[in-house]
Amino acid sequence: MQTPASFEYERATSVDGAIASLARLGPEARVIAGGHSLLPMMKLRLAQPEHLIDINDLESELAYIRDEGGEIAIGALTRHVDLLGSDLLARHFPIFRDAEEVIADPVVRNRGTIGGSLCQADAAEDLSAVCTAVKAKVVIRGQNGSRTVPMEEFHVGPYVTAVGDGELLTEIRLPLFPGAGSAHEKVERRAGDWAIAAASAALWIDSSTISQAGIALSAVGLTTIHLTRAEELLRGKPPSEDLFEQAGQIASEDCSPNADGRGPVDYKRHLAGVLTKRALTRAAQRALKEEA
Amino acid sequence: MEVTININGQQVSRDVEPRTLLVHFIRETPGLTGTHWGCDTSNCGACVVTMDGKAVKSCTMLAAMAAGHEIRTVESLEKNGQLDPVQQGFHEKHALQCGFCTPGMLMTARALLDENPNPTEAEIRTAISGGICRCTGYKNIVAAIQWAAEHPAGERQEVQA
Repeated sequence: MQTPASFEYERATSVDGAIASLARLGPEARVIAGGHSLLPMMKLRLAQPEHLIDINDLESELAYIRDEGGEIAIGALTRHVDLLGSDLLARHFPIFRDAEEVIADPVVRNRGTIGGSLCQADAAEDLSAVCTAVKAKVVIRGQNGSRTVPMEEFHVGPYVTAVGDGELLTEIRLPLFPGAGSAHEKVERRAGDWAIAAASAALWIDSSTISQAGIALSAVGLTTIHLTRAEELLRGKPPSEDLFEQAGQIASEDCSPNADGRGPVDYKRHLAGVLTKRALTRAAQRALKEEA
Repeated sequence: MEVTININGQQVSRDVEPRTLLVHFIRETPGLTGTHWGCDTSNCGACVVTMDGKAVKSCTMLAAMAAGHEIRTVESLEKNGQLDPVQQGFHEKHALQCGFCTPGMLMTARALLDENPNPTEAEIRTAISGGICRCTGYKNIVAAIQWAAEHPAGERQEVQA
């Protein structure tokens, strides 16, 4: 029987209250939302917080997906099931629906949240790559107010984020620019498993030229891999199969997978390249309205 | 800490450690052992119950997190001696052998049909993808849920015959 080590439990009744508790309790306090990453880690003693602050009652403050004109704002407590079902998100960033269809299973998706996924900072997790590709920013709130951090600065190492003691991730903001297309491609051993490798891609196409690109990989390094060199290659060029093939080649080179039960290094590098090319191809088709 | 959870319409209270998992609270406090405790890692789905109508894995929730919410377990399906259509469907289509995954499959199926009374086969397969059955290969489970969708009021006479 797997049970977490002992801890004190507190249920937050407001965001300010949760932040006050986090500030008071210090580094041994952790926030619990869906709990589908944290509780398994606690059962295995990979995490052993002394205090858990349950934020599940804060849905009225922290669960939403809304168009704020120029940006889409997603509350940190928004659950996977609601990300999957959002027409607003699917219209602007179909990459979220691609990813959500293959994150765990529908029962887990009823509980897990976007904020929890990002804060877990597991390199194999899909939404971190998705948010990196679409150039998301995250809002972190503490007792002295909020600060906004771009995704590329959010993960400071495996399982470590820019969220400090006494702070709470409250919102994810997605900038809206014209000509956007995006897609997520994942290969897994069986339905609902973590990725062997996954690629997230976003393209912004202006008069047949790629004006901006975002590409990130899951499960092929110690953290989410942000493919800046491939993004640089794409900018200013017209989309083409040959160009995406080259970007895939860069993905194979710039990732750093480990061999494990999911496969050897050369296979994962190959997969990273193939999935990057596929994700870019679908992102371009969507940007050019050739595919829904 | 004192935790009070509404389980199958009854208020159930107990003084528990905060680390008590919902699955153990359900099995030990009202003694409802229909909810199975399987893999402990949210992979197998034997522990699925519904919370406020949505399927959840009770091995990956603290009992404290369910306080103030409505939990339904497999024991809530039969009403006044009449099986729920999903139970009848499992009977009709021989959708279980050892029965270990069955409570989770039944609750997952009930939550699916409450939200989507006429699911396609693909929707059924997606819905139960968080449950692992090592006996039947899923074919009969899918057929049972289809049977339940086709007989929303159940057909008791048919079962008795």
